[in-house]
Amino acid sequence: MKSPLAIVGLIFVVLGMLATAAGHWIGLFVAPPEAMMGDVGRILYVHVPTAWAALIFFMVAFVAAIGSLWSGWRGFDAATTGAVEVGTVLTFLLLIQGSIWARPTWNTWWTWDPRLTTSAVLAAAFGVVLLMRRLIDQPAKRQMATAVATIIAFVDVPVVYFSVKWWASLHQQASTRASMDSVMGLPLGVAALGMLVMGTGLMLLRTKVELVRLAHEADAPELPPTAAPLRLDDPAGGDPTLDEAT
Amino acid sequence: MTRVFAMTLTILRKDLLVEWRARAQAVALLGFAAVVLLLFSFAVGPDSTMLAKHAGGYLWLALLLASTLLLGRSLQTEVETDALEALLLAPVPPAALFYGKALANAGLLVMVALVAVPVDLAITGAGIVENPVLLALIVVLGAAGIAAPGTFYAALTARIDGRQLLLPLLLFPLVVPALLASVKATSLVMTGDPMEQLPGWIALLVCFDAIYWSLCGLLFEKVVDG
Amino acid sequence: MPIPPASAAAEEASAPGAGPPVEGAVAERAVVVQARGLSRRFGRRWALARLDLTVHAGERLLVVGANGSGKSTLLTLLSTLLAPTEGQLSLFGLDPVRDRARVRARIGMVRHAHGLYEDLSARDNLVVRARLLGRPVDVAGLLATVGLDDRVEPLRSYSAGMRKRLQLACVRLEMPDLVLLDEPFSALDPAGCADVAALVGELPGTVLIASHQVDRAAAICTRAILLDGGQLRWSGPADQAWRAWKAVQAQGAAR
Repeated sequence: MKSPLAIVGLIFVVLGMLATAAGHWIGLFVAPPEAMMGDVGRILYVHVPTAWAALIFFMVAFVAAIGSLWSGWRGFDAATTGAVEVGTVLTFLLLIQGSIWARPTWNTWWTWDPRLTTSAVLAAAFGVVLLMRRLIDQPAKRQMATAVATIIAFVDVPVVYFSVKWWASLHQQASTRASMDSVMGLPLGVAALGMLVMGTGLMLLRTKVELVRLAHEADAPELPPTAAPLRLDDPAGGDPTLDEAT
Repeated sequence: MTRVFAMTLTILRKDLLVEWRARAQAVALLGFAAVVLLLFSFAVGPDSTMLAKHAGGYLWLALLLASTLLLGRSLQTEVETDALEALLLAPVPPAALFYGKALANAGLLVMVALVAVPVDLAITGAGIVENPVLLALIVVLGAAGIAAPGTFYAALTARIDGRQLLLPLLLFPLVVPALLASVKATSLVMTGDPMEQLPGWIALLVCFDAIYWSLCGLLFEKVVDG
Repeated sequence: MPIPPASAAAEEASAPGAGPPVEGAVAERAVVVQARGLSRRFGRRWALARLDLTVHAGERLLVVGANGSGKSTLLTLLSTLLAPTEGQLSLFGLDPVRDRARVRARIGMVRHAHGLYEDLSARDNLVVRARLLGRPVDVAGLLATVGLDDRVEPLRSYSAGMRKRLQLACVRLEMPDLVLLDEPFSALDPAGCADVAALVGELPGTVLIASHQVDRAAAICTRAILLDGGQLRWSGPADQAWRAWKAVQAQGAAR
């Protein structure tokens, strides 16, 4: 564990976990219950930070993918992968939290809420990018495919959101989320910061792992030693079968 | 620029020629779309009001499923004999290669729709469409929305093992907006549009097409000629 | 990483004295291929290492070597379809990355995979290639030259020899300055080989042929190089290629 990337990553994970825990402690025990939803509303303190962080990591992945495609540097490839992985995991968590929230609030496990639906589409779109990575052996091709698929998936984010919002609003009124209270700002802010720092730490660790893997793969043997030139006119080095051949 | 344009048309003509010479496969594709429509009706049951209500959805799912077969084949003819490399050496600009093939695929998808739409209207009992020109516009825009990212991802996965699975997995989440807009717009044309929502959905389709026809054309060189 | 130009010595060591009669004239001709330390790695394997090669306009160069010796890698690198891992390459004095389109317009290639459409007939395939070229081409005449003028079926039904002849017709249609032929005699019967040899002999410009059929290919080449384990081991007149090929095989067997 001598790599600075890994050390920084670990520190971030620990700090992030502490901050997230602190935010939740305030949210669960200090802040009053949410006005409309009561104690169920407290899921907000984990749900909103998760959503923000997921979107931020997809944005990081998008920027890294552009760098990866443009420069071909494998550090960008590793960062793209790390960011997509963290973003995808957060999006899956978001879906689970959404379901948990939806059950007591709307009396259903799944609802075609635009944000929830968009999350499902994003989880699929970015999850497939990771799946595709596993199926390509050639490093340069894998880097290219990861980068272009990440760019295309990210560009899709706002389009999916608006189309789903429009589509769902025809059936039911888009859900109104909890109105912000000043009491809620502190735990939310602390939890969001914690989630972001923890995610960054995880992303750094995943980037490091991917870098090691890529470096191992690219770890080229030295060029082979120069072979001696073949001399046909040299009887000492020649072969008796030569005469038969000509 | 004129060279890219001319080459695009050459590639388009080439793809349509190959498709014409192997038209037995194209006909099989039409049959596939019709069978899928039939199966949707079986899955939902003989309730004709329900069927008519969802006619637009069935149509676009049938087209989307048919498109993965069509797209996979379109790139397979280029890859199975390394014709792709021969085209690049010709030299065909990668952008022209993309636009030519995407146009050909969009055209073929519209052709599939020419058969699928009447079949869909007949078996769901949706009846005669009052405004066929508007429906044709939606079909063209929707087919273009599937063809651009579809051709792109078909090329990206053409030489990966497991491409038959990977292409739909990559494509389906991506085209969700185009699918939603196409289905909604088609249903509105079929069942009437009292709330004037149609222009909005068509605008969304146009936006989706504009984004992906430009973005995929831009990135295609990296895909085939890294 | 600096690469010692060791194999250049090999090339120059064997060239003088044994060179072809036109050697003086060759030196004055334009340089078509200029490779210095050209190396390419696939995964952990160096398919081609430290290759120095100069090919002048009008030369017909035979590339000899066992399977996996780097012949196809060399030809694919020269075609610009593959980028070198290390080393420099210039074609027609141009950079194959920066001037990609200009370089490609002057290269024609016959590869293992024929690069044609199985659903199209010979004529359709040539028409497609002619359209890509953007200038009028006598497709019917070309088909007659390669003996495929009476074929209307799709390519699927063609024999290996007919496919090879069609590939060569494509090359003739494009009239490239540099022709790269990867195993033009593979899967052909003796008559097919003779046909292809005759067609290759008529090609204009500079020609590189990678082949296992050393004697047959040597008859239509002026110079030869031998690759072994991705490295240049010998370079000399084409009529000596057979001896070099036997010598390196004997060496391999002795090891």
